[in-house]
Amino acid sequence: MKSSVIVFPGSNCDRDIAVALEKMQFKNQMVWHKETKLPKSDLIVIPGGFSYGDYLRSGAIAGKSLIINEVIKAANEGCLILGICNGFQILTETGLLQGVLLRNKKLKFINKDVNIKVINNQTKFSNKYKKDQILKINIAHNEGNYFTNSEHLQKLKNENLIAFKYCNTTGSTDEDSNPNGSLENIAGIFNSKKNILGMMPHPERMIDNLVSNTDGVNLFSSLLN
Amino acid sequence: MKTITKKVIEQHGLKLEEYSTIKKLLKREPNLLELGIFSAMWNEHCSYKSSRKHLKNLPTKGKQVIQGPGENAGVIDIGDEDAIIFKIESHNHPSYIEPYQGAATGVGGILRDVFTMGARPIALLNSIHFGSPDHFKTRSLLNGVVSGIGGYGNCIGIPTVAGETKFNSTYNENILVNAMAIGHAKKNKIFYSKAKGLNKSVVYVGSKTGRDGIHGASMASAEFDDDSEEKKPTVQVGDPFTEKLLMEACLELMKDNSIISIQDMGAAGLTSSSVEMASKGELGIELNLDKVPCREENMTPYEMMLSESQERMLIILEDGKEQHAKKIFNKWDLDFVIIGKTTDTNKLTLKYNNKIEGEIPLDALASKAPIYDRKWVKKKLTKSKIDLKKLKKIKIEDALIKILSSANHSNKNWITSQYDQMVMCDTAQKSGADAAIIRIHKKEKAIAVSVDSSSNYCKSHPLTGGKQIVCENWRNLISVGAKPIAITNCLNFGNPEDPKIMGEFVECLAGIKESCEFLNYPVVSGNVSFYNGTNKKNISPTPVIGGVGLISKLKRSMNHQLKKNDSVLLLIGKTFGHLEQSIFLEEIHSILEGQPPEINLINEKNNGESVLEIINKDLVNSVHDISSGGLIITLAEMSMGSNYGVRIDKPKKLTDLFKYFFGEDQGRYVLEIDRNNLKKVENILKNNNVFYENIGFTQKDYFEIQKELKIDIKELYKINNQWYNNY
Repeated sequence: MKSSVIVFPGSNCDRDIAVALEKMQFKNQMVWHKETKLPKSDLIVIPGGFSYGDYLRSGAIAGKSLIINEVIKAANEGCLILGICNGFQILTETGLLQGVLLRNKKLKFINKDVNIKVINNQTKFSNKYKKDQILKINIAHNEGNYFTNSEHLQKLKNENLIAFKYCNTTGSTDEDSNPNGSLENIAGIFNSKKNILGMMPHPERMIDNLVSNTDGVNLFSSLLN
Repeated sequence: MKTITKKVIEQHGLKLEEYSTIKKLLKREPNLLELGIFSAMWNEHCSYKSSRKHLKNLPTKGKQVIQGPGENAGVIDIGDEDAIIFKIESHNHPSYIEPYQGAATGVGGILRDVFTMGARPIALLNSIHFGSPDHFKTRSLLNGVVSGIGGYGNCIGIPTVAGETKFNSTYNENILVNAMAIGHAKKNKIFYSKAKGLNKSVVYVGSKTGRDGIHGASMASAEFDDDSEEKKPTVQVGDPFTEKLLMEACLELMKDNSIISIQDMGAAGLTSSSVEMASKGELGIELNLDKVPCREENMTPYEMMLSESQERMLIILEDGKEQHAKKIFNKWDLDFVIIGKTTDTNKLTLKYNNKIEGEIPLDALASKAPIYDRKWVKKKLTKSKIDLKKLKKIKIEDALIKILSSANHSNKNWITSQYDQMVMCDTAQKSGADAAIIRIHKKEKAIAVSVDSSSNYCKSHPLTGGKQIVCENWRNLISVGAKPIAITNCLNFGNPEDPKIMGEFVECLAGIKESCEFLNYPVVSGNVSFYNGTNKKNISPTPVIGGVGLISKLKRSMNHQLKKNDSVLLLIGKTFGHLEQSIFLEEIHSILEGQPPEINLINEKNNGESVLEIINKDLVNSVHDISSGGLIITLAEMSMGSNYGVRIDKPKKLTDLFKYFFGEDQGRYVLEIDRNNLKKVENILKNNNVFYENIGFTQKDYFEIQKELKIDIKELYKINNQWYNNY
């Protein structure tokens, strides 16, 4: 499977996701933001970091960059798109995903391992997970507080477009287990066609027991499935 | 032009005698630009004029050392083709005036020191000291500094993996912010600052020059007074995004042989970088200041030379590499301008509008800069008159709870969760352990890193305090299974013109030297920060040690969390029950007198090496060294956050339980051993003549001292996690 990782000035999880993709046997290529053509890819990843310093608003400038037009084109043609952390923020800025990521409720950057629950396992990104499976995944963000209007929230529920929710160790999605104030503990969502996933937690950080755990591995193996 | 009056000289932080030396060296009066340059180079921060004489005594060599002090950072050999480059630096004064930017640019500055030498930074650490929690400034300083450190490190994408945060009223009006960076490079691809060759292009890259930070280094070389707030404009403003671009561009250019030498513009900006490169290469340097990229209009040569705008570098390029290098910096949207060339004049020549605006012989700025042999006096040691029997009665349980819920001993998750500790995906052990562990990318091996200080010990007995911090740092690396390799130090002291303060410096340094020599643990880089104090009130001496150790197989690394039920707990090292200068007396009885515990270097080394042997032979489940707070705090830390507690017997010999549990005797560790490994471990300890005691065993759920206390470990954890959230 061929993957492309888009590199913006200020991206800083680009190497991490590349290492994960290569470890999972993807044929990966890095694509510089000034490029105007994407290599042929089955998966495009927009990595975490601080694209353009997150100045103006997280993801706002990257959302208007040259390469992003190609990403939008590819997405509309059905290519799989994964946006992690800043990548999720960029996807909402482009309109490929709906909603916004506000500042964390406590107004502080948060880095910790949190539990998330797999809500929809019937997608290209999650088919190797069990439904309601609890994963422990690292988060690291200042703006991860997902918000959307009630109409869209209803649509997310009706069409089963919520990918992951923050939860506690027993799977309950209560307020205490919500690290950033996200609406209904939402940690990741799909678009209607389910070929685009945006998520705040970092699956690429969870592929190796020597530094963390392997709870992120199945996201990549789902894609290969 | 402004005439140089006594007032102007003083405003530049120079003494009148120093001004006459300048005149002698120049054989004429300097102009204002030249005076500014002298002030930038001769201040304490850049010239080490009070410390140089004593720093020379530190051990800086060893077969593990590739580059010792004198470069941007120290370089050590960790085997194969790998080198580790690291340094710690202070940013105390700016952080007190403007905590967010002060701390952020402290991180930015130390990162540049490391990637300037060709290393990709892989970890950040910090040692931050605040005044008493009740002091009206502490809360906002704490918030500002922590967000500044996080803001910079998180954005540039380098994990902040370890550190220490302490509160003590000695820092009420002069906090300490020390930042340490660690990078990884190939041994044969290390870049230095020494210029070579005539007529080579001198290139300015990075951000544009603004009016921020002018005279920053001079500000950092003076005591604060009531008007220190007015010094805000001397604090630089950081832009981690630009630094990320600068870092990637430099590392890209470093892949081939285009660079002759490279130096970041840190303290004293363009002045110190150009002087350093040329004087090390015994060359001259000519700068055409019309070419300097400026952020603001009508900047004068004086302002350009003294600005401390961040995220800038000076590079001397090989002939014909200009276009290639320019392409890389343009790709990263950074300025790239040839602003001068190397010459054979041995002078710094500054041109502006085709006119020479200033010309100074380089030796006058560097090798002939003043060096002082400051007066110093030995610390008068005070005998303690503490009569332990007369202290007010308290239960062990209450003392334990009080310490675990105190500002200095509380869990620091509130701080560390604001730092990205995981980015780069090689952080195998995060903050909260004895040392953090960073895997060398795509390799089996890892490094362990820790920063430590003990200002109370150093205040009461500078020599022992100096010895102790090195040992404590060494012990922390041992405890995670690392072989300690080398250190960097940040020496935070008061006003060196006061013989008592200078004495603290000299004696602490002698202590550091003694331990480093004995443990073969050389100093490869460091920084001195004097004049920490306000209105003649000096801080307690606070040398900070940052150590790096090597773990050859990450799989075999160790941590302090108890792992199993019913394993045996061994206490390594002798317990005498030393309570003077202990956390127990400070926190519980508010007594700070007497002497710190003694250091026995022979036992220290023997105990540590034996523990490392036991870890390497895979005979131990968890290890924790005993430091401030004594045995009981060590045991509590091993229990909290794990599923197991301990059951400890009452001591057999020492009858005073407070001495036994809270005493801070040095060179000690607690080991958790499986019963079936006990014989083997005891054999190693006996063979090596290590004193040890079997003090109890692990059990589920409870922290227990026989007939004395029994607490649920979840409760302990809760107690330990309250302080920051309630502050």
